[in-house]
Amino acid sequence: MAKVKDYARYVRSKNAGPFWVTAEIFFADETNYNLVRNAKNINAATIARLYNTKEELVKTYYCDNIHVIKFSWPRPQPSGFKHEHDMHFGQQYVFLAEEEVEV
Amino acid sequence: MKKCRILMPSGGLGGGIDADAFANGMTMNPDVIAIDAGSTDSGPAYLANAMCKTSRNVLKADLEIAVSGSREGNIPIFIGSCGTCGSDNGVNEIAEIVEEILKEHAWSAKIAKVYSEQDREAMKKKFREGKIHALEGAPGISEKTFDECEHIVALMGAEPFIEAYQNGADIVLCGRATDTAIIAALPLMMGCNEAAAWHGAKTVECGSQCCDTEEGMGVFLEVDEEGFYVRPLNPAAHCTPYTISAHLLYENVDPFCLIEPSGRILTKDAVYTQYDDVTTYVTGTKFEHAKQYTHKIEGAGITGYQNISLVGCADADLLADPQEWIDNITAYARKRLTKAQFKSEDYDLNFKAYGYNGVLPGPVPKDFKPREILMLLTVTAKTQLIANQIAKSMQPLLLHFPANWNLQLPSFAFPFSPADCDRGPSYEFKLHHVVDVADPLELIRFEYIDVRQEA
Repeated sequence: MAKVKDYARYVRSKNAGPFWVTAEIFFADETNYNLVRNAKNINAATIARLYNTKEELVKTYYCDNIHVIKFSWPRPQPSGFKHEHDMHFGQQYVFLAEEEVEV
Repeated sequence: MKKCRILMPSGGLGGGIDADAFANGMTMNPDVIAIDAGSTDSGPAYLANAMCKTSRNVLKADLEIAVSGSREGNIPIFIGSCGTCGSDNGVNEIAEIVEEILKEHAWSAKIAKVYSEQDREAMKKKFREGKIHALEGAPGISEKTFDECEHIVALMGAEPFIEAYQNGADIVLCGRATDTAIIAALPLMMGCNEAAAWHGAKTVECGSQCCDTEEGMGVFLEVDEEGFYVRPLNPAAHCTPYTISAHLLYENVDPFCLIEPSGRILTKDAVYTQYDDVTTYVTGTKFEHAKQYTHKIEGAGITGYQNISLVGCADADLLADPQEWIDNITAYARKRLTKAQFKSEDYDLNFKAYGYNGVLPGPVPKDFKPREILMLLTVTAKTQLIANQIAKSMQPLLLHFPANWNLQLPSFAFPFSPADCDRGPSYEFKLHHVVDVADPLELIRFEYIDVRQEA
């Protein structure tokens, strides 16, 4: 089964202030965008599982004009707390990029 | 048609201003040079210590270019979130560098120092009055939370920049401000389209990130009565409808609704048009005024004290299951520490196995086998003394703790002597709230310095 990264132009993640994080999947064209958008598992439930948060806290945005799927959610602990492993959340996109897409 | 042109020479003060790109921007006749000097992205230590994350030399190099443009072109500079966190100390540090530059070049200017750091007692009073509200995802707070913050800052809107400018300031140095307020202030004052001023500001706040090449050379924004134009300062770069609309995603929770002290920027109906080869024009944004003017407030304080140790491991028995080794050494160490009269509630031990799952925590892919890993042990304790003493107690275990007791004890690879390192306090952001104010200047303080040189 193909992964998110196989359909995407690129995937990225970043902090959005100290209390929220966000991840985006950029697609080169509408075909790949729609394929992943309509997939069974690229959704808030998967984000919740991958990033240890609750599904109802995950906000999902579809940017049709630029073919981007975006998720935002509050981090379980604010950035820089005593056990921080990724201050800017910049490497955590890998979990989403490696997720297999159930089309 | 009212127009306001803004030169944004860098995504952040200290990030490096390109002199040629800046000169190119100056030929476009800007009305103001706008620069953001702060961020919370690098964590709570900067706010908790009122400390700047950029070196003074690097700040001075950027300010030298910006101030020369301002004095030679006779246009103002607006800088927001001085000193990374926007504390009073940050404003003073930047003001001192600017004064130094003015003196070295025998330039005159009126500097405004605009402060938004907040007194704990004043914030506690606001809290008691029910004027402090949690944002989504905020931690629970009480009056005590304000005492736990070493510093508290309020994010300014555009009004304090306008106030300082209208009082004759050439160089406006503000404490914590929204990135957008720095850029939107002058077009708002000049009567340009309000929604375009805010949306344009949001677009260029990270400098060249809204272009097709991010080689940090800054961007030029022009706001008129209907929309805004963005073009790069790098002659090889382009601003396209794609790059401009995509930038709204960056570091924002919601790309279609962005909150400012005075209202919300609504971008859903924005129309992006390629104006010329390198310029994009945007119209159709809406700005919805808030019924209540609010400042977001940020606060950070100390939560404990840390000591770190690094040790390298290539031992095959350990590499077979690093997580098991971490669980075992933690349990073993806790028993020994209890026998040595350390109270378990006074400290915690945190291992990160770099090369294994230090960056991406949790289970690793099946059959993944590293050749070597770097173990980071972080001890966090309620005092530095306890953290340091526990770290010392951990050293023999970090050196020899085996994956298998039935084989000869391994000796792992320490890169340093001493093996542990006192890291000082660990900090935490404690506020994700807004405060209601009666007036946009209620919580803001102004000081002016007139630097006059003999002709």
